This record gives sequence, structure tokens and C-alpha cells, in this order.
Amino acid sequence: MPETPDTPYLLAAVALSAAVTWGLRALPFAVLTPLRASRTVHYLSTHMPAGVMVMLLVYCLRDLPLADPPRLLAPLSALAVTVGLHLWRRNALLSILAGTAVHVALASTVFAP
Amino acid sequence: MGTPPAAVDGPAPPAPAPPPAPRAASEAWGALKDSGAVGPALIPLGIAFGVVLTHSGLDWWWATAFAALVYAGSFEFLLVGLVTTLAPLATIGLTAFLVNVRHVFYSLSFPLHRVRGRAARAYSTFAMTDEAYALTTSGAARTASGRRILWLQGFVHLYWVAGATIGALLGAVIPDRVTGLDFALTALFTVLALDAVRADRDLPTPVIALLSALVARLVLPGRLLLVAFALFTAGLLARYLLTARARTGAEPGTGSGTGTGSGTENGSGTGSGNGSEDEPRARNKTGDEKDLPRA
Repeated sequence: MPETPDTPYLLAAVALSAAVTWGLRALPFAVLTPLRASRTVHYLSTHMPAGVMVMLLVYCLRDLPLADPPRLLAPLSALAVTVGLHLWRRNALLSILAGTAVHVALASTVFAP
Repeated sequence: MGTPPAAVDGPAPPAPAPPPAPRAASEAWGALKDSGAVGPALIPLGIAFGVVLTHSGLDWWWATAFAALVYAGSFEFLLVGLVTTLAPLATIGLTAFLVNVRHVFYSLSFPLHRVRGRAARAYSTFAMTDEAYALTTSGAARTASGRRILWLQGFVHLYWVAGATIGALLGAVIPDRVTGLDFALTALFTVLALDAVRADRDLPTPVIALLSALVARLVLPGRLLLVAFALFTAGLLARYLLTARARTGAEPGTGSGTGTGSGTENGSGTGSGNGSEDEPRARNKTGDEKDLPRA
């Protein structure tokens, strides 16, 4: 990169990102809290956590190189290890560490770009 | 259960809490246990973030600043890419909005009503990350007190900042050709999804979510999360209306709309062991109870 970001720019970027993120987290409570008494919203909120996490997972996998099967091996192996370990041991820390280790090992060596 | 309270150097200080409230210490301890399943996993994820950040040429302490102040895991990874290419502030603000707009949906179910006090609520909303949302809406913390929720969020925040800082400091000694650490985020959501689906015990929910995300990926990949969340919410609503209609149809005479019959039925449909959510209903006025779907 020819230019590196300077401090004022980075500070502004952090401040702006923090403000936008916090606003999105805090303001909806003022608007939506009255809705929480409704049965419909209650129903939504019961099932939302599971759905949200599934969608965030798909989001993380959005850039899988589907057109390039050899490069799929690292993420898919790591995913299989994570899922398998978690179904087996149900230890979040273990599943995440092992899955990430497999991915780093494969992506940095055998399937290095 | 097998998860050790990792990074004791971080969480240790809060334990000997203020003397007047011995309860505070037990709340903190409870929160630490609540965070035990997923919280410590944020440390390797934070390390991954710190390494990515320093490898892109930023000073290590920006990792601490990003993690502590922006505090939005997946967006922080994106932010590194944005600032190193000197993206305009407008682009950064817009990206922050689009990536984090999903949090609007969390306000429907995050237990903020249990958190008392202006400052406490301010922090609680600031620290309402995906992980904090997952931890407070499932598992043991689903009925936690407001104080315990705050402790839990504090621990999660601390794990993330500590991990990011460690990773940034390590970044200098980890060679550039070590790649793929960012998979930690994927692994985290894999684990959270498996746990949440298991807690929900409802197959259609993950299926609707998966379909929504795949459709969003195909139709508008640049807005995947926003489109997926909207489709998913619409899908859940449609399912709710259809099942409610099926139930009211089976009941004789509900067409007249007395409301009492359908009210109890709807309650049974959603009451799958989630008693804690009855709280806001009791606190709020009952005027909204009438928004039952009418056939």
C-alpha cells in the first residue's frame, strides 16, 4: 500500500463506526420495546436466536471458492472438524480452537495461495 | 462444563467485588460460568483479529482500540480492510450500518428490561454483540438478573479486547504466510448455531434461516445479512400466521372472534420452555394482546 492511514483518519473511522454500531444496538429498543408485549413478537423472539446464528454462519461462508474445489478443502475440512467435535464433546472452546487450527494448518501449507 | 475459566488474568480483578454487596461477587461468578461455554473462545478469535490487523500494517494498539470501542467482531475484520485502503468515511459509516443493522432484530428479544439504570443500559446496548445476544437468550443465562447480564457482557468484552491485544502483539512475530486465522469467526458461529438450534428444538427454524441466507446470497450477495434477516423474519411470521390459522380453523366458532379461545391456543404454540420471556408481557400493558392473527 503506498499510503498508510494516519491517526486522525483512524480515530474518525473508529468514532464513526462506534457511533453507528451503538446507535443500531440502542435506538431500536426505544421503538420496538412496546412490541414485546405482542404474542407475534414473542413468537419471533423465541425462534430468532437459532435462525440468526445459522444466517451468520452462512455469511461467514459466503466467499467459499466454489469454482475452485482444491481451495475448498481447507475450509470444509475445518468446518467438518468444528461440527464433529462440537456434536461429540460440546465444548465450544475446543471446537473453535481445533477447527481454526486445522484451517490455519491447511491454508498456510498444503493449500497456500 | 469442561471449559476452564481461561485467561484468569483478565476476569480475576472483578471477583473481589465491592464489600457491601456479597451478592455481586456471586453474580459475577455466575456470569463467568455463563460465559464459560463461548466466552473464552473469543480469545483465539481476538488473537486472529489482532494478527490480521498488524499484518495489514497498523500499529498494534489499534487492535485494542477497535476491539474496545467499535466492539463489533465481524465488522472489525472488515474495518481493517477499509482503513488500510483509505476508504472514505462515508463508506465506512455505510458499511458499519449495513453489517450491523441486524442488531435491530436483537432488540426484540434481548433481555434489556432486566437491566436497571441509565448507565447500565447504555453499556448493555453498547455491548450487545452477537455473542452476548447468543449467551443471554439461551442456556443458563436466559433467566439471569440484570446485574448478571452486565457482568456477562463485561466478561465477553474483556475476552475480546484481551484476545485482540495479544494477537496484535503476536502479529509481529507471526510470519505473513500463516493465514486462515480468520476461520475462528466461522468456527464461533458454527458453535453458536449448533447450540442455538439444539436449544430451540425446532427444525423449521434453521431450515427457514438457511433458505433465507442462501436466497440472499444468490440474489443480493452484497447485502446478504440484511436480506437474509428480512426474509427469515417474514418466513417466521408467515409460519406463525399459518399455524395460528390452522389452529383457529380447528376450533369451532372462533370465526366470531371472541378472542379468548385463540388467545390460549397461541400461548401454547410458543411456550416451549421459555418462561423468562413472560416478564416483559407482564410489565407492559396488555393492550397489544389483541394483535392475534385473524383468519
